Order: sequence, then structure tokens, then C-alpha cells
Amino acid sequence: MTNMAEKLKAEAPLLGTELTTGRRGPGSPQKSGRLRHKTREQKSRTINIVVYGVLVVLVFALLVPFFWMISSSLKENNQVLTVPIQWIPQEFVWSNYTEIWTRIPMMGYLQNSLYLAVIITCLQVLTGSLAAYGFSKVRFPGRDVLFLAYIGTIAVPWQAYMVPQYIMMQQLGLTNSFTSLILLQAFGAFGVFLMRQYYMTIPDELCEAARIDGLSEYGIWARVILPLSKPALASLALLTFVNTWNDYMGPFIYLTSNRLWTVQLGLRSFVGQFDAEYAMIMTGSVISVVPILIIFLIGQRYFIQGIATSGMKG
Amino acid sequence: MTTETTTQATAPLLGRGNRKQARRNALIGWSFILPNFLGFLAFTLIPVLAAFALSFMEWDSFSAPKWVGLENFQRMLGSDSFWIALRNTLLYALGHVPLTMGLALVLAMLLNRKLKGIGFFRVAIFFPYITSLVAVAVVWNMLFSPETGPINQFLQTVGVANPPGWTSSSDWALPAVIITSVWRDMGYYMILYLAGLQAVPAELYEAAEVDGANAWQRFWNVTIPSLRPTTFFVLVMLTVSSFKVFDLIVVMTDGGPGRSTTVLSQLIYQEGIGEGKFGYSSAISLVLFLIVLTVTVLQFKIQQRRER
Repeated sequence: MTNMAEKLKAEAPLLGTELTTGRRGPGSPQKSGRLRHKTREQKSRTINIVVYGVLVVLVFALLVPFFWMISSSLKENNQVLTVPIQWIPQEFVWSNYTEIWTRIPMMGYLQNSLYLAVIITCLQVLTGSLAAYGFSKVRFPGRDVLFLAYIGTIAVPWQAYMVPQYIMMQQLGLTNSFTSLILLQAFGAFGVFLMRQYYMTIPDELCEAARIDGLSEYGIWARVILPLSKPALASLALLTFVNTWNDYMGPFIYLTSNRLWTVQLGLRSFVGQFDAEYAMIMTGSVISVVPILIIFLIGQRYFIQGIATSGMKG
Repeated sequence: MTTETTTQATAPLLGRGNRKQARRNALIGWSFILPNFLGFLAFTLIPVLAAFALSFMEWDSFSAPKWVGLENFQRMLGSDSFWIALRNTLLYALGHVPLTMGLALVLAMLLNRKLKGIGFFRVAIFFPYITSLVAVAVVWNMLFSPETGPINQFLQTVGVANPPGWTSSSDWALPAVIITSVWRDMGYYMILYLAGLQAVPAELYEAAEVDGANAWQRFWNVTIPSLRPTTFFVLVMLTVSSFKVFDLIVVMTDGGPGRSTTVLSQLIYQEGIGEGKFGYSSAISLVLFLIVLTVTVLQFKIQQRRER
């Protein structure tokens, strides 16, 4: 860690000077008349440089666990926890990434995770956006009370009712099946809430105009509201997908046979069985994170918007 | 709610077709809500109500449920597993809430400016939040290795002679979990704070500057008061999520060493799904729910008083 910190400290000022020279170039010919304006500009520039420096150090420090994870996944087991720390493997052991598929049924785990995540996401987005239309664009008695019930359950910790849910699934004979997880997670109140928050920002006049044009309510939902709410749909889909993919407790409680396990369960059991195979464990971790990283990089805008919408306008 | 008042206001305007129209609307409205509502009713609403009822009963999956009144609660109050779990949950919240909130605010302040590449920093800080928990726990467990882990090696080089045993020590396991969870969660709350900061009108800062306020005074007299609604929301969300902490503990320490990191959620799981004591575990659930509810209501009251 020390090497890293020193390296960062050495890098940060360098990056700072690079930025100053880069920024001073176009800035200097502008000799604005007012002195006060100029000093202020200079001041904010130095602040920016300091902020850059701080941010670079901070972000590198925060990303150290990821860096360490990737670096360890390319080592031999006995090279992972060494004194002093090797940040870069002496020899890159790429074979970890070919061996893991035969050590544990990783492909099956990935398929199971993908299957669950896709089905749950589709159902959640479909039923959530339908219900949100009912809650925001159709007026009928009892609607707001019902919506309060939805919001109320968001406040109840899931752990508080996981036991009755489990009993129910047991009685239905659905434990140890994907069906149980799909039923439990596809109709979440959160999705309805997020979509409704977004639909409330779409002016009612648009629906009114469509009604006058003779569109049915279902037509308005499909042809007016859905196309307008693409960002919210993307947010909900991405958040649901990632949540399902990362979910540990659900599969942990409901899926007992190995052939149904998701990536998270498979990885956890691998750690339990072979706790000294540090490098292979890190390889598995990297593989479990990569799909999330790809999805996140494609849709990061929607993640952040989704959180801001569901959070702030509540 | 505003929608209710508008319904009442427009209702008389609809005239004669009124009642028929209302019935039609109800049918249409329900048809939209129904697909989601059926699942919600069966798998969320009914279990919530069942948990409440079960806490007054004794039931394992073999015999018929029996009404026992407050017996479950009495047994709970007399068991030290419950008190240990409650204590650990509170300690976790005491560490997790202020640290996450403080760091999220600092990060949001740093990131709330127009700089080249600022998007990269935001995304990088947010990423731990959506990384799979098992991977996070596994990596941090190794980073925390007492003998040869990177964290203790770092501590030794900066002069800590006897670095803590982290997850293998009953005193340091909870701090280790807290550090990991703060690292994971602060990006999420940073996003909320960023949204809050962007809603602060720039005129306020300009006015403060004209009045001669320095950076610290601007922070204290403009930023902090303007962020009060955000802070309130963040506080509620963070406290609730701290009391619910579950999966991170299960994967990282599984409640150990000993019972040093066992939390309420885990106790519910162990007693309910592990041991099949449905009634007893539901009593603990009810306590967990009541704690969350009390904290939320309390924070609402304080917020209301402040606004007045």
C-alpha cells in the first residue's frame, strides 16, 4: 500500500501541473479589464487543481480493492498474500481464467444468474410500468390509499417478512426452484414507485389530447407514455437487473441444489470449500463482476438518474 | 395529496355521465394495477400481515399454530442472543451512518463542479455500490488478513506495531464490516447529495459572497441549510438500511467470531428459516420493524420541528 500511496503522491502534482499548463494556454490571452474578476478566476483555478489532486488520490485509493482483485486473479495461490505486497504479478497466470470453468460449474452459475435476472427484470418493468400508469394517469376511488399501502411496504424491512414468505413457498412446494425467486422479486413495490414518480412529470394534457384523438387508455400507455419514459424504463431495468444479479440472500434461502445456484452462491461456496485458493477465488470474483461492469458502463447515466429520481422526488 | 383535491374539483364538472364514468375509470385503473398488485398482495402484503400475527403464535411447520400471546416476546427479552444481536446492530448503525453520510457529503462537494473528467470520478466512486456483494466481501476479507493482508502491512509501515486482527478478532470484526460497508455505500449517497447540491440556487452563494462570507461561512450558512431535505432523506435511508444489514455480515463474517457480529436480521433467519421457530422469529421481526419505524418517525418529527 505504501508504494501505491507514494506513487500516487508523486503522480498527483504532475497531473496538476499538466492541467495548469493545459488550462493556462487559452486563458492567458484574455486580458479582462477588471482586476477583481481576474484574481477570482485565478483563485478558482488553483482550487480546481487542488480538487483534482485530492480526487485522483481518493479515487485511486477507493479503487485499490478492485485493482488488487484483478492483480491477484492473475497470480499463483502462494503469490497473493505476500510480504511485501506485489501489486503487479511477477508472472501473469492467465491459466486461472481457463481452469476455473472446470473447477466449478461456473458456466451453469452464470446461466442461472442471467436467466433469473432477465425474467425478473422483464416482469418487473412490465407490471411496474402498467401499475404506475394506473396510479398516475387514471383517477378512481381508493387509488391513493392503495398507493400508500405500496409505499408503506417499502418501509418495512424485507427481513421482517422473509419467514412468512418462506413458509408460503414451502407450503406451495416451490422452495428450491427458480419460480419462488421470480414470484418474490418480480412484483416489487419499488418499481411501481420509481415509474410513478416519472409518470407524474409527464403532463396530463398529453394523455388528454390522445384521449380526444380516440386512443384507449392502453393505447395511451403503449404509444404515448412508454416512448416518453424510456429513461425511467432503462433506469428501472438496469437497477433490477443488477440487484437480481447481485442478490445473495434470496438464492441463499431458496436454492439448495447446486444445479440451480447463481454466480453469487457458487462463488461463496467455492470460498468455503477451497479457502486457500486465493488466486482462483479472485478469478471467480472478477468473472462475477465483469457483467455488471459492462452493463454499468453502458447505462451509467440511467443508474444515476434512477437513483436521483426515486430518491429526491419522493 | 394533491391528486385527491383535483379529483374532487373536477368531479362536478363531469355532469351526468359521472357515475358511469367513475366506474369505467375504476375498471380501467384496476386493470393496469392488477398484474403487479396480485404479486404484491400475495408475496409482500400478506406476508407482512402474517409476520405480525405470527409473532403472537407458536408454530413450527409440523403442528398447528397456537396462540401464545406475548410469550415469544418474553422469551426474546430473556435471551442473550437477542441482546447481543441488538447491541451489534446498534453499534453497526452508529458507525455506518455518520461515516457514510460525512464521506458522501465531502465527495459530493468535491465532485459538484464543472471539471474535465469529473464524470469519470463520479462513476468510479459509485461503482462499488453495484459490485456484487460476495466479490466485495471476499476481496475485503483478504485485504483484512491479519498476518499478511495488505491493510495490516500498510498499517505496519506507517508505524502501527500491533495492527488489529480484523475479521478474526471479536473486537475488530465489526469495525472491519463497517469499513467495508462505508466503502460500498458512500457512492450511492454521494449521488443523492450531488442531486441536492445541484438544486441549491447559485444566487444564494453569490449573495453570500457579496456580503463578504468566506468559503467556510458559505458552507455553513448556505450549503448546509439548503441541503437539509437531502440530509434528512439520506439519514432516514441510511439508518433504515443499517438496521437491516444482513447479507454483508452473512458473507463476510457469518456473525463471528463467536457472536461478535451477529445482527438482528441474521437472528431472524437463524431462528425462523434455520430452526423453524416461525413464531419466535416473527417476534424478533416485529421488534426490528418497530425500531425502524420509531427511528423514521422520530427523524420526521425532528425535521418538522426544524422547518417551523
